[in-house]
Amino acid sequence: MGISCTSENRTLIVKITGEIDHYSANDIKNKTDKEYKRLNSKNILFDLSNVTFMDSSGIGVIMGRYKNAAANGGKVAAVSINENIKKIFELSGLFKIIKYYENPEKALKEFSFGR
Amino acid sequence: MNYNNEMMMKFKGIPENERFARASTAIFISPLNPTLSELNDIKTAVSEAVTNAIIHGYENNPGEVFMGCTIKSNTVYIKIEDKGKGIENIEKAMSPLYTTKPDLGRSGLGFTVMESFMDKINVSSEIGKGTIVEMTKTIQNEST
Repeated sequence: MGISCTSENRTLIVKITGEIDHYSANDIKNKTDKEYKRLNSKNILFDLSNVTFMDSSGIGVIMGRYKNAAANGGKVAAVSINENIKKIFELSGLFKIIKYYENPEKALKEFSFGR
Repeated sequence: MNYNNEMMMKFKGIPENERFARASTAIFISPLNPTLSELNDIKTAVSEAVTNAIIHGYENNPGEVFMGCTIKSNTVYIKIEDKGKGIENIEKAMSPLYTTKPDLGRSGLGFTVMESFMDKINVSSEIGKGTIVEMTKTIQNEST
């Protein structure tokens, strides 16, 4: 699992590659929380375009980050084109509070600029 | 296709083995020629069951996890067992979003994923003795 964070207009863009499970979830949590603070972010965009596997541990990670961002007046979105990841999101009911995009460019445009 | 096969493995209940468990299951069932979606459903369900064994069954004292897989024609039977602390209330544990570990950032969706992604699931548990999760899924792919 690889993770890289960048920031644009107070939106932290967390790009994850590889597999998200209970084993890799802790690294994702720690790195995201650290960078969120360090870069004085408000929103978080999870770019999961290069994630090949995700189980419910990933949902736990995103739910937790949503709580932090919401407490800070921010929003959370996710990008993925993977049908299986979409299926887990649907099951979790997270679509009600987290915007889901299938196109990374569109997500960046709509989500990070002034919204 | 009339293909029958079975395997049984035992591994240490540490997080590093979650990936090992689902990847080896995927390889084992590959002769059935599952679709990518079916394969991912099974891998995800295995990952959830093994994660439960590690986090809840053994908590911080890793014990042995037993995983068996049987293929009978187009149906896959998977059994994942731990000898850990057991589940007090299975019905409660299986209800969506219920978790005993919110502090660890768990979603409480493990059993919901297993139930939705597999055709059938059966959970039996005894306090202090451990938990057994049995799941089945029939591969629909017509090319098999």
